[in-house]
Amino acid sequence: MQPAAHIAVIAALRSEVAHLERRVTAGCREKVVSFGLSEVDAALPGGGLVLGALHELAGIGCQVEHGTAAALLAAGPLARVPGEVLWVLEQADIHPPALAAVGLTPDRVVYVHARKPQTGLLVMEEGLRHRGLAGVVAEFSGALGLTASRRLQLAAEQSSVTAFLLRRSRCFDNPVLLEPSAAVTRWRVAAVPSGPPLPHAPDTPGLGRPRWRLDLIRCRGSKAHSWIVEAFDATGRCRLVADLADRPVAAEPRRAVA
Amino acid sequence: MPLITAASDGRRTVVAAADRTALALGIRPAMPLAHARAMVPGLTVVDADPEGDTAALARLAAWCLRYSPLTASDPPDGVWIDITGCDHLHGREAAMLEDLLERLGRGGTHARAAVADTPGAGHGVTRFATDPAAVIAPGAHQAAIAPLPIAALRLPPETIGALRRLGFDRVGQLAETARGPLVRRFGQQVALRLDQAYGRVFEPIQPVVPDDVVAHRLSFVEPLLTAEAFGTVIDELLNTVCGKLEATGQGARRLDLLFERIDGSVQAIRIGTAAPSRDAAHLARLLRERLETVDPGLGVEAMQLRVSLAETQAFRQAAGLVEGDRPETGIAALVDRIENRLGPGSVWRATAVESDVPERSVAAVPAIGVAPATAWPLTLPRPVRLLDPPQPVDAIALLPDQPPVAFTWRRKRHRICRADGPERVHGEWWRRSAEVAAVRDYFAVEDEDGCRFWLFRRGDGADPATGDLRWFLHGLF
Repeated sequence: MQPAAHIAVIAALRSEVAHLERRVTAGCREKVVSFGLSEVDAALPGGGLVLGALHELAGIGCQVEHGTAAALLAAGPLARVPGEVLWVLEQADIHPPALAAVGLTPDRVVYVHARKPQTGLLVMEEGLRHRGLAGVVAEFSGALGLTASRRLQLAAEQSSVTAFLLRRSRCFDNPVLLEPSAAVTRWRVAAVPSGPPLPHAPDTPGLGRPRWRLDLIRCRGSKAHSWIVEAFDATGRCRLVADLADRPVAAEPRRAVA
Repeated sequence: MPLITAASDGRRTVVAAADRTALALGIRPAMPLAHARAMVPGLTVVDADPEGDTAALARLAAWCLRYSPLTASDPPDGVWIDITGCDHLHGREAAMLEDLLERLGRGGTHARAAVADTPGAGHGVTRFATDPAAVIAPGAHQAAIAPLPIAALRLPPETIGALRRLGFDRVGQLAETARGPLVRRFGQQVALRLDQAYGRVFEPIQPVVPDDVVAHRLSFVEPLLTAEAFGTVIDELLNTVCGKLEATGQGARRLDLLFERIDGSVQAIRIGTAAPSRDAAHLARLLRERLETVDPGLGVEAMQLRVSLAETQAFRQAAGLVEGDRPETGIAALVDRIENRLGPGSVWRATAVESDVPERSVAAVPAIGVAPATAWPLTLPRPVRLLDPPQPVDAIALLPDQPPVAFTWRRKRHRICRADGPERVHGEWWRRSAEVAAVRDYFAVEDEDGCRFWLFRRGDGADPATGDLRWFLHGLF
């Protein structure tokens, strides 16, 4: 057999194996939505967040309880996907104007108050089996087993509805947040000290754009990454922090103390 | 063994009801309990349960739906069945009464029944005629109730006592008396009850269901027990009902599925839909999900599906030129499934309300059929989580117009590095008089970790009438 034929066969086998392993590779036909930042998109296989897959989001440290940045992280990309969004809540403490501020307008969001973690998972799966939704966001405070996450991932794959599981926990260093799951990407996000509202005048009072530390801790088909970004604007896009040089020390990995 | 129920009449404990054995021994309702105990030693006494009785009577009325679509409970101890146009289905009136009494007797219920032209006459004849299954011929009800005691007229006990003292014993005597003095002495009620009994005034009964509903009933040769069998029947019932709905251009908003058990009780499941639907597959799925709440007992001998609430539903083209997969049923089907599982009110959309008070700026509207308004000020900072109610915090601020330097929430001290504000929100005096002068000053602050909080101070810092200067945490960014 000619060497060229060898290469073609091996390439075909590789793509077959990749398909069997449901691995997302560059150049595959999977649909993606841009994260809203080209540097992050470049680190993600396929050039963005894969549609019809499970993505897991959580806060860091004390921010794991309310998951505020994580909620915006789910809302921003979903704002650019056409269709309705199902938002499953355990506590009805979400304030919709904040989601509208990153582009997810209230006419596109249906809220479900599930009250209990397991009910929330059931509702999420129900939503994932409903073709035509843009996505399902579920705020979940329980322990997610590998089986449960695989169910969600399979449901999302079949219907191509994108799933964002927003992990919340009353306890800061909850070990269940680190358990393995079948999610395609796993993110941790937390607010870090922001810069002055006017970069050239550091003494100006007031608040600038919030800054997030964005950790991609697991991504199927890619490596872990970490960025410091400025939060989503009204179109759900963010940008890298320009003045990384004088980044404060608090952006280093640390443990929060209550 | 004689059995009675006892209840308090405010002063003492009296007999509320007595069974046949006890009645035969001379115990009567309203007799003092001590008296009854003295008459019959070894009496079994149970506390009366009026709510339970009412509920049981309503269940009995629902069971009687097998004879007619119009039944109503007649508290404390009766059920009205409007058999107009129904008796032929059960072999004329006498056979129907016999069947009714026999079925009730098999279930352990001792009952009397009567057929009459008016509900009032039926009420009296059932309770006071000698025949336990009296059928009064059409037009003969006047003669039938004339010899009955005046207690047959559904009058309060005081009125009956007063009439007795005046020498009235029979309904006939009362009917022959001049109306004027009767009304002057006892009010309109005596005349009204007489007219109702004689059929001169139409008396509506409050049916347990409206009469113009789309419904279908299937009865079975052998009682059904399994969920699979019920599922098959549901499909069969829905085929018919959805066909009827389509013929009238309607869709179901609420469906009742009644299971008639062989012991005479009726189990029911009810589902609701967010938008009118006549999609048999969707409705069948909703009904099947509720099947686990049904206790079939010893078996179900008939099932009835009833559209208790229907709305107009426009026709839709089922297939066009382009052959594709099934048309999407929209989010309404999903909302139905979730809402039927989690209960009403658990699915909503947020809509903007024109109010500057943050907790009033969002309202929940039904997920289907209402277009949410989006009028929030997108340039003002609004938190992702809104705490309800706002949580009091200990904050230190140097000047009233300045943001706090630090605050303590849940025993954790947050030192504030950056802040924005104040955003002043005035009370809405048109809602509550307490809000006439109320003022909140909101500050968005960032602590040294970068976490952002939304704090407010009650009061403007100058006028004590605007607030007590306490600080609250209202949201987290």
